[in-house]
Amino acid sequence: MSGLLSAQGVQKKFGAVVAAQDLHIHIQAGERISLIGSNGAGKTTFVNMITGYIQPDAGQITLDGHNIIGMTPRDITRLGVARSFQIPQLYASMSVLDNMLVAQTTHDNQLSWWRPAHSAASRDRAEAVLERFNLLSHRHRLVAELPGGVRKLVDIALAMMGSPKLLLLDEPTSGVAAEEKFPMMDTVMQALDGQALTALFVEHDMDIVSRYCQRVIAFYSGRIIADDLPSVALTHADVRRYVTGEPDA
Amino acid sequence: MGKLLFTAELVLLGCLGAGFFLPKWLQFMLTMAMANGLVSLGLVILMRGGVVAFGQGLMAALGGYTAALVFEHLQWTDALLLPLLGGVTAMLITAPFAPLLARYRGIFFSMLTLALSMVGYGILVKTDSLGGSDGINMGRVTLLGQTLPDAAVSYTLLAVTMCFAAVSLVWAKVFFASTRGLVTRAIRDNELRVEYMGGSVAQTMAINFVLAAFLAGMGGALAVMALGHIDPNFSYWTTSGEYVFVAILAGSQSVLAVMLSSAVLEVVRSFSSAYFPTTWQFALGLFLLLVIRFLPHGLGSLWRSKSPQDMS
Amino acid sequence: MQLALTILVDGLSYASWLFIVALGLTLVFGVLKILNIAHGSFYALGAYMAASAVALATDWNLPPYFSLLAMLLAAVMLAALVAPLTERGLLRFFYGRDEVLLVLVTYALFLMLEDITKLIWGANPYYVSEPYGLFGNIDIGSQSYVGYDLLLVVLAGLVGGLVWWGLNRTRFGKIVTAVIHSPEIAASMGIKVSRVYMVAFAIGLFLAALGGAFTAPMISVQPGVSVGVIIISFAVVIIGGLGSIEGAAIGALIVGMARAMAVHLMPVAELFSVYVVMALVLMFRPEGLFQRIQARKI
Repeated sequence: MSGLLSAQGVQKKFGAVVAAQDLHIHIQAGERISLIGSNGAGKTTFVNMITGYIQPDAGQITLDGHNIIGMTPRDITRLGVARSFQIPQLYASMSVLDNMLVAQTTHDNQLSWWRPAHSAASRDRAEAVLERFNLLSHRHRLVAELPGGVRKLVDIALAMMGSPKLLLLDEPTSGVAAEEKFPMMDTVMQALDGQALTALFVEHDMDIVSRYCQRVIAFYSGRIIADDLPSVALTHADVRRYVTGEPDA
Repeated sequence: MGKLLFTAELVLLGCLGAGFFLPKWLQFMLTMAMANGLVSLGLVILMRGGVVAFGQGLMAALGGYTAALVFEHLQWTDALLLPLLGGVTAMLITAPFAPLLARYRGIFFSMLTLALSMVGYGILVKTDSLGGSDGINMGRVTLLGQTLPDAAVSYTLLAVTMCFAAVSLVWAKVFFASTRGLVTRAIRDNELRVEYMGGSVAQTMAINFVLAAFLAGMGGALAVMALGHIDPNFSYWTTSGEYVFVAILAGSQSVLAVMLSSAVLEVVRSFSSAYFPTTWQFALGLFLLLVIRFLPHGLGSLWRSKSPQDMS
Repeated sequence: MQLALTILVDGLSYASWLFIVALGLTLVFGVLKILNIAHGSFYALGAYMAASAVALATDWNLPPYFSLLAMLLAAVMLAALVAPLTERGLLRFFYGRDEVLLVLVTYALFLMLEDITKLIWGANPYYVSEPYGLFGNIDIGSQSYVGYDLLLVVLAGLVGGLVWWGLNRTRFGKIVTAVIHSPEIAASMGIKVSRVYMVAFAIGLFLAALGGAFTAPMISVQPGVSVGVIIISFAVVIIGGLGSIEGAAIGALIVGMARAMAVHLMPVAELFSVYVVMALVLMFRPEGLFQRIQARKI
């Protein structure tokens, strides 16, 4: 297994707020990792730095051997990074299939003024991905008409269209009803199965974290306070104090 | 695609045939409707990306003045050449500004295009070599080297404009269904996501802007050929407002609706001027309000549903 | 030297009525988030009303200074009559919709008002120049300046001062400021937002009409007057910054002086100088010189 993402000595301050303090993270290809931490702990900053929307003040971040510091978000996407959003970012007036085709088109970067968007090849590819997410039956429905849980899945499916090497899922189960969380994550994990990619989940729900990830990285105040198996990290004293909020035994 | 071309050819031939029998005043009106419709078609391309340009009059003026100037100074009078020249000139002059304009949205985009068109107006009015506020006259065009007899002028202009319109409409339909057309719609809905997916919003919008300029320049040239005259008012904000009116009336779903809406404007303008001189602007305003309120997706939405299979 | 003074007076008097009009426009945008194309139509209505009011005052053989009062009353009446009709009867159906859509709604309103004005007052120009001579001439050096022009400057200062005081020193002003920042939060605090909208719109309309009424003696009041005013008041408001009082003042001064300089020094540039400034501001500092809202740019 080769190293996919490596962050070393990463620092970031917003005024007086320390969002990242000397971060060292090493991620291999194929891992399923959860980033946890309370709001403001630095997880989102880290995600934004990986996707290129924020530049660190100091430190190094390499992706697949490339130094991504200073790269535009668009170039980083080209390297194989994709993300989903806490509040699904979709093309509301278009159908699910059209949404997928947009993802396909932008990924291919072959914008043409005449080549039809709805070619058989593109459609097949899009439908194949939709199938993995059990969304095929929704493909002609307008996104604006879909229920929230389905929209979250579409949001993730869109990120998958680019065959990313690194998939960042920002709170995939937030806003999803409790009884739907597990079925939804089952669908997502099953869709990711067999795909050669690394998945990073930003999550607040510890049941989800412990069930679906093999590794947990916990943030607090811009620092990493734990980086281990879920069973170890989640019972770590600092993690219990600052993240999960469980009272000391 | 083949089906589209076949249908379009059929419709065009039918229209060309029918147009022959129309009275001259109606031929003129339809010619103007289609010429102006081309300008509005460019606007619709931009609207599909989520911006409303309030300065397309400038592009039309660029095309029109080009046609009038080459007619007068270079004696290039061919009816098929002039619109193309108009389109190309408008496109070339706009291209350097396109990347800048592509970064603006909402009110600021509209106001910037408005300001630029008024700058154009101001320059045109004060430039004597371009005719100043009187403008330039243009004589009779020729067709493929042939001078046109009196009786044939009106129909020739109509036929030429129809052909340019038909080609443009087919092209627009193909464009709307293309990958670029799809991404344009996506930009309107959520340009943030387009960027996150690796698409270049600025580049797409800039290209759309240049394409819209080409159509507008072509339309402007065709209008001048029919009118025989151009003046700086082409670039005044109220002229641009009329193009916006047509685009809103048409909506961004059907290309035919653009021509239809342009015809509506011409009809209302002509008939009101003749019978109720102080009501045509009122009628337009009322129309616009009703469309905005009750038919927010324009006339085109009457026959094109918002169904997902619908690509345009 | 004389030329400089002429340019200054010219520019100031032009800037004065422009400020009054632009203030109304920027206020309506700030509160209701509507960039009102029909604002120029309200200006024209004010001019026409004033023309009729002055004619009436003359018919009734009222003393000449009464015409000024008549002009003021015309503007007030217009605001009282037209504002509720427009705001309650039309605009409120489109609140919360896209800003550009609202511009289009006001564009439709402008089109309708053009013809309504023509229907009421006809297509022939009105000249109501008597008030222009009320303040005689003031001689400075070898040039003669019309006293009325200076009245405009005083009026502009008064109006600006009153609006500033109203917004910053009165309770209602604080309420309006709250609505400007967030109608939702204001409403949740018990503020009757719809009433604030009404009042703000009425004041905006009044200012436009006031500008029209007091420039009526300087122009020929005829169809199409609104068209030029619309575009130049937009330029002022964009340059100064949408929603900003200081912006309206600075913008009006810049536009007024630019135009005066162009007219006297470089007539070729008269028309486009203003719009070049507008375009430049949009390109380099789109929120205007006095920031109030952020420009939507990517």
